[in-house]
Amino acid sequence: MGVMGINWFKYSSPQAFYPLAGKLAPYFLGAAALLAMVGLYVSFFVAPTDFQQGEAYRIIFVHVPAAWMSMFIYLVMAGWAAVGLALNARLSFMMAQALAPTGAMFTFLALVTGALWGKPMWGAWWVWDARLTSELILLFLYIGYMALQAAIEDVRRADRASALFALVGAVNVPIIYFSVKWWNTLHQGASVSLTKAPAMAAVMLWGMLVMALSFWAYTIAVALLRVRCVIAEREREAAWMSED
Amino acid sequence: MLQVEALACQRGGRWLFDHFTLTLIPGELIHLQGVNGSGKTSLLRILAGLSSPESGIVRWNGVDIQECRDEYVSHLLYLGHQPAVKDDLTVRENLQVSCRLAGLEPSAESLRSALEETGLLSRSNLPARVLSQGQRRRLALSRLWLENRRLWILDEPFTALDVHATQLLERRLEAHLAAGGMVILTTHQQPDIAEDYLRILGVGT
Amino acid sequence: MKTLHILRWLLQRDIQLVFRRRSDLVSTLFFFVIAVSLFPLGVGAEPALLRAIGPGVLWVAALLSAMLSLSRLFAADHADGTLEQLLLSPVPLTLVVGVKVLAHWLVSGLPLALLAPLLGLQFDLAARDLGVLTLSLLLGTPLLSLIGAIGAALTLGVRGAGVLLAVLVLPLYIPVLIFGAGAVAASATGMDPAAGLSLLGALLALGVVFAPLAAAAALRLSIE
Repeated sequence: MGVMGINWFKYSSPQAFYPLAGKLAPYFLGAAALLAMVGLYVSFFVAPTDFQQGEAYRIIFVHVPAAWMSMFIYLVMAGWAAVGLALNARLSFMMAQALAPTGAMFTFLALVTGALWGKPMWGAWWVWDARLTSELILLFLYIGYMALQAAIEDVRRADRASALFALVGAVNVPIIYFSVKWWNTLHQGASVSLTKAPAMAAVMLWGMLVMALSFWAYTIAVALLRVRCVIAEREREAAWMSED
Repeated sequence: MLQVEALACQRGGRWLFDHFTLTLIPGELIHLQGVNGSGKTSLLRILAGLSSPESGIVRWNGVDIQECRDEYVSHLLYLGHQPAVKDDLTVRENLQVSCRLAGLEPSAESLRSALEETGLLSRSNLPARVLSQGQRRRLALSRLWLENRRLWILDEPFTALDVHATQLLERRLEAHLAAGGMVILTTHQQPDIAEDYLRILGVGT
Repeated sequence: MKTLHILRWLLQRDIQLVFRRRSDLVSTLFFFVIAVSLFPLGVGAEPALLRAIGPGVLWVAALLSAMLSLSRLFAADHADGTLEQLLLSPVPLTLVVGVKVLAHWLVSGLPLALLAPLLGLQFDLAARDLGVLTLSLLLGTPLLSLIGAIGAALTLGVRGAGVLLAVLVLPLYIPVLIFGAGAVAASATGMDPAAGLSLLGALLALGVVFAPLAAAAALRLSIE
């Protein structure tokens, strides 16, 4: 069976996607573990010690990819939400729902690692830096999405309402980011910024990229596993669920 | 003419009905029957265009109601489960506001006569919060005497009505049907309507 | 023509309903006054400090008061069945939502904006800053109502809707707060408040166009 010969639309039904997701998830988990090992090796042993910040800077190998992921996942989630609303596709809503906790987890990770990095750098656990503040607001958006999804009992309405909120949030994210940057320039008091990272050596960039790939693989694996749970829960009444 | 083809509706992961089909012609009243929770209200809401079915089409004079919404709502009078009565407005204001929001400016005289028909004239300047359940229902039903719409979709119109008001509504329905109107309603009573008009249909699996 | 008539009747009715039940309106304003008055009691009454926190405190309090009244935007019409009738009216739902938001703003945001300069005096703000404060609230509170309408529509009839509404809406309010309070703070520190005010104006223009669309879509979902 050639790759081109697969009818991809077949997998847009939860029933067909369920076994596929189960088959794919272990591969992505394996890839995530492998890439994480390489990435961590690069970040701990290959990347040079920073002459200004010492060893503490190494946390950016987790912090930066986590921050990237937190934003990517929100966009992907909003994308699934848009597809779901436009095409009335149940599986799309389920994908959006499955991605949200992982996105929130990475946002939280970015916040925690940011704080851990901030302490040795600036002597404070939290600085009202534009990026950290935006991450915090992003976390609020993830929480809002999940809270809305959880609060509405009717699945159909919960899917659509939370998808609409994800879209409204996505439209607002650039505005929020811009406003926070504007606010940061207005209040010069906290002028420290994570953007003033040391000039990045190529090896550091590679380390971050490998870590980001590992996070991607992890995200896909976890989303696939979670979407299986969602399908199993929603389709428990359906005949195909009890067949095997 | 209202046509419903292969309507299917799912609520809370449960199929309420599937392949539901009906045709309503002028001068006909369809009495939907079914046990509690069988999907009568869901069906009426779909027919009114308030919610969309899982599958199937509702047609008004041959056109999908999603496509001729403006035309359709100008012929439709839908009275839902809740009487849409505001406690803080007077009886008269309530009736006036509900007509206005439907795009109708009733004259003082027509408001008066509608309230007279439903026996609320003596209360027309009282706030609606002092009304009993039956009186609220009458107030909501007063629109039937005011608005000239061809298709009436009525969810439990007989609820809380006394014997006199029930008869009143029955006569109003018959007059509407005799004039070529169409009615589709739910009720757990057996409305006393001339056999020629009446058709009974079961909902639910 | 008919559309305009219906919208005018709707606006009239919404405002009439609020005035029949004035206590709701008054308690929102009282909340604003009380919340603002708590800050000097919490942080101390030193004039320089109060001047520094005044713009932010007034804006945050106005934002919270505007949010408190949001759940009433559609809830009553939803509970008594009027919302279904509004969906069946000949007017597009987006315009219905727009008018309801306007009515909500006229009885919640506008009084807040007019009351704010009086409370600003408690924070020793100069006359010019009070003017900027009022202007920023006049531009910002309609946005709060518009964005809030989306949240109110999404949470309609949901368990624990009040808290959920706050969780959904407050993050979306942040740009409005930043630009609004920023304009006043700029004015108070002798800078030009125009940047913040024009950004608020731009957001308002966007909000007027897009928020009713999103809220109408959300309302349709909640009504199903």
